[in-house]
Amino acid sequence: MSDTHTKGFLAKHAILERSPTLLLVSSLLVVTIGGIVEIAPLFWLENTIEEVEGVRPYSPLELAGREIYIREGCYVCHSQMIRPMRDEVERYGHYSLAAESMYDHPFQWGSKRTGPDLARVGGKYSDAWHVDHLVKPQSVVPESVMPGYAYLRDNDVNPEYTADLVATHRFVGVPYTDDMITVAAADVVAQADPDTDAYDDLLERYPGAQIRNFDGEPGVSEMDALIAYMQMLGTTVDFSTFTPDASR
Amino acid sequence: MSSETEHDIDDVTGIDTTGHAWDGIKELNNPLPRWWLYCLYLTIIWGIGYSIAYPAWPMISGATAGLLGYSTRGEVAQDIARFENANADISAQLAAADLNTLVANEDLNRYAISAGGAVFRNNCSQCHGSGAAGAEGYPNLLDDDWLWGGDFDNIAYTVRHGIRNEEDWDARWSEMTAFDEIFSKDEVEAVVQHVLAISGQPHDAALAGTGSVLFLDNCAACHGDTGTGNRDLGAPNLTDAIWLYGGDAAAIEETVRYARFGVMPPWGERLSEAEIKAVTAYVHQLGGGE
Repeated sequence: MSDTHTKGFLAKHAILERSPTLLLVSSLLVVTIGGIVEIAPLFWLENTIEEVEGVRPYSPLELAGREIYIREGCYVCHSQMIRPMRDEVERYGHYSLAAESMYDHPFQWGSKRTGPDLARVGGKYSDAWHVDHLVKPQSVVPESVMPGYAYLRDNDVNPEYTADLVATHRFVGVPYTDDMITVAAADVVAQADPDTDAYDDLLERYPGAQIRNFDGEPGVSEMDALIAYMQMLGTTVDFSTFTPDASR
Repeated sequence: MSSETEHDIDDVTGIDTTGHAWDGIKELNNPLPRWWLYCLYLTIIWGIGYSIAYPAWPMISGATAGLLGYSTRGEVAQDIARFENANADISAQLAAADLNTLVANEDLNRYAISAGGAVFRNNCSQCHGSGAAGAEGYPNLLDDDWLWGGDFDNIAYTVRHGIRNEEDWDARWSEMTAFDEIFSKDEVEAVVQHVLAISGQPHDAALAGTGSVLFLDNCAACHGDTGTGNRDLGAPNLTDAIWLYGGDAAAIEETVRYARFGVMPPWGERLSEAEIKAVTAYVHQLGGGE
């Protein structure tokens, strides 16, 4: 054993060790191979994102709400990832599917649950509950440690900014059409108005979108946007047409 | 500076050197401890074995499935099935049971109440409170005052279909009129005084007199001539001391002007038949069941 270092191919490591440039290039090569093996298959494996019916890009108002969710750091305490374990499925509903966050940039899976998981919070509570809860969480859940977000009622959503946001999401790969971007600003206002003329058009663009005055106040506040986002979370997949493939 | 020297034997220890020398200091070429080396080989073998036994290697159209046939999804499905099977008999009994005669079946009733408690704490407590005492705008389920009825069938219906929601066409529905643009300021005040009067609170008798006429014309259709409410419409009894949105003059005025529109989501799609019956039995026995 004591002589092996002087003989054969393996002994040539001295050449690498003595040339910093060669060492750098070689280590990059090794890391690249590792990266390709681990990451590249995800881009072509059919099962990376299984096809499910119903998942659609966020409506402009929902997207604005999602932006507020990120801005306020909701992800610091709330995850959006129901793991495939019995206790989570019993509590939160069907485990999350990759397709459900395929239009998320960035995804909000999170890694910490000070509060509950929100992946399927949509439809679980009334809009009024969300308003009460966001204004002062302790008014409905006395044991909560969540801070209040009452000021969301006072901040208006800027439809033009939201239209830019939609365009940006298209830029990173969300399949918004030109038409969707043209009317995005109008859709922001329309979704928070149950009497809107664009009701059917909006539903055609974003099937299953909920069109309501979410915060009960006139105008489109950040409260409207955030609740619109909350109320659609986890509701898009049609589980009646979905059969989980066991070997995923 | 390091330099390459001949691989020679160290004089003091008698051990081979690596041939690396730094300012004349040479490095001994001690072999790795055997136990360490074997652990290394063992982990390599373990790694290869693991990747054969479990899903691992990415191929063209999918990853290798692994000889053991393990999958996370399969495991959770099995796990859920195991618990469902364990409770299958009693769940089926509960799903088929008539809630009105449930109390007679002691075991089933006990199961329903404890299972219902779990359902309640997960799904209902956020609005109705973990002790079911409610909050402003969210009914207390401990008292015997019911907006839509507190017998088994009515509670089960409310749980299944919810109230004033858009998801379920069979949801309980009613909508109070907002009188802000219908009543003048004085009329609002008069009606508020009348409601204070019928609920036994201090009030302005003269104004309340005017208010009683307005009440009969505008409010009695739902709340009843005497203000005792109507469960078919979820119209609350205004003569008791139980208030969902507050019973002082300011809160009543707010209600008269802008109305209230409490929404409860439907649970028929989220909960199983047995779970709906269980949570109904749980709520019913909290204190106010009829």
